[in-house]
Amino acid sequence: MSRSAPIAVVVTAVEHVAQDIKRFSMQRADGQSLPHFSPGSHVTVEMPVPGGHKRNPYSLMGPLDDPHTYQISVLRVLQSRGGSQFMHDAVNVGDQLQISEPFNLFQPESIARRHILIAGGIGITPFMAMTQRFAAATIRFELHYAVRSRSRAAYADVLSAQIGSHVHFYCDDEGDVLDVRKILSGQPLGTHLYVCGPEGMIDAVLNAAREEGWPEEYLHCERFTAAPSGEPFDVRLVRSNLTVHVPANQTVLEAVEQAGVDAPCLCRGGACGQCETAIISHDGALIHNDHYLSDDDKASGEKIMICVSRLAAGTLTLDL
Amino acid sequence: MSIKSRPRYSELELDIKSKRHIVVCDKNGAAAAQRMLRTSNVAAANTTVLVIGPGADKEEAGAFESMGCDVVMASPTIEAAMFRLDQVFAKATMGTRIYVAGIEGLIGQTVALAQRYGVKPMSVRQQHCGSLKRRVQCVHCKGVTEDVTTQIVTCAHCGVPLFVRDHFSRRLGAFMGVSADAEEAGVLPPIEEVFR
Ligand code: FES
Repeated sequence: MSRSAPIAVVVTAVEHVAQDIKRFSMQRADGQSLPHFSPGSHVTVEMPVPGGHKRNPYSLMGPLDDPHTYQISVLRVLQSRGGSQFMHDAVNVGDQLQISEPFNLFQPESIARRHILIAGGIGITPFMAMTQRFAAATIRFELHYAVRSRSRAAYADVLSAQIGSHVHFYCDDEGDVLDVRKILSGQPLGTHLYVCGPEGMIDAVLNAAREEGWPEEYLHCERFTAAPSGEPFDVRLVRSNLTVHVPANQTVLEAVEQAGVDAPCLCRGGACGQCETAIISHDGALIHNDHYLSDDDKASGEKIMICVSRLAAGTLTLDL
Repeated sequence: MSIKSRPRYSELELDIKSKRHIVVCDKNGAAAAQRMLRTSNVAAANTTVLVIGPGADKEEAGAFESMGCDVVMASPTIEAAMFRLDQVFAKATMGTRIYVAGIEGLIGQTVALAQRYGVKPMSVRQQHCGSLKRRVQCVHCKGVTEDVTTQIVTCAHCGVPLFVRDHFSRRLGAFMGVSADAEEAGVLPPIEEVFR
């Protein structure tokens, strides 16, 4: 699959919405309307960071009623590869950015009788558009939103004002506990569960649901796993006949893209499976960071998800 | 004959992670359902069974009861069964797995009803047992003709001779029937018994 052309956008507003969280509004540089998106969609933002381009996926929050504007929220992550820090420190109103077309990997199930949404921290973002849509269509749902502290509870005021009766807040430092089992118990047949937040929370929620006998097809999650950095290494692309250096703070996918090679990808978080690439050889240890490949696949050393996984050192030769 | 959109069935397999089980079967499917329940010694105690067919309340229902199924119901016809199943689904909670074993019409209607409760068709475990009799919906008058065994059947509602297509509507739990002499009025291909 080859990617569609990036869209040039201009930042029209930057707002500080909570501790370490900024909201960016953007419109097309040519003034035209942006592609329609469905709640749950994300876009990839390209960041011309010195030392190598970065591309991070961000959920589109809305607004659903303005075809000219997209809004995303970015949490500053200190120990990341620098993308979120670039957004926080270097992006201002009037700046141009390149973004991808929206893509939805977190679509609400249309036949569901009820939706349970569980958000941890910045994981609230995909649910902003979703809850607006549910409320407007009188679809039954409940949102459980857990944060570390009140100061980090982005959009809590908007949510209380607009859909207060559907929202439950949990502040960690005030001793509120999000009790997954209690939320899950007694839910009617046909209830679907969606979770977005830190890795540990996603796994805890999904595992609790599995233990309560919820079939896999009712469980949905969005993992925006920040691809970990590592040591620098080289990638040899056999089909493109190129050798690309991957610096410590870039992913294989980003390095390959910067070299002009169009590699398939969708989620950039090691979840969707799009970027699976065959390994021809590798002379250093593989570091698999994805949620997609089976343990056997990982052990075989024949495949790699290039959006998040890397090599400890040396040269990785890929069928790309 | 190649049957493309027809659902594929395999042997019922118990979902051991489920807290409750809802089993729908007709007389043909009862044995398959019992075989499945016997693969665990705790499943039956958390199982609601709905068994369908004339006299099912006496024979098959008794067999499920003696296996220890905690709720056993019987209905003489699929229509009556769907009415009761609707009430069962309305009270069911997540953590419940639905199974159906029997003729295609029963499977199709169970899946269609479950879908109205937000259950995906693939979530319902299905095993085809017994006759291949089809439930056919006439595309012209929308009437449904039950228990069709022949290719070319007269629509029980509007009387048009229908060719039974292999297209199966999961929503209606029925195959599509289209006028068989549409090409040339009054000229029909021979009628054959094919769905046994
Ligand atoms: S792009 Fe989705 S797994 Fe890599």
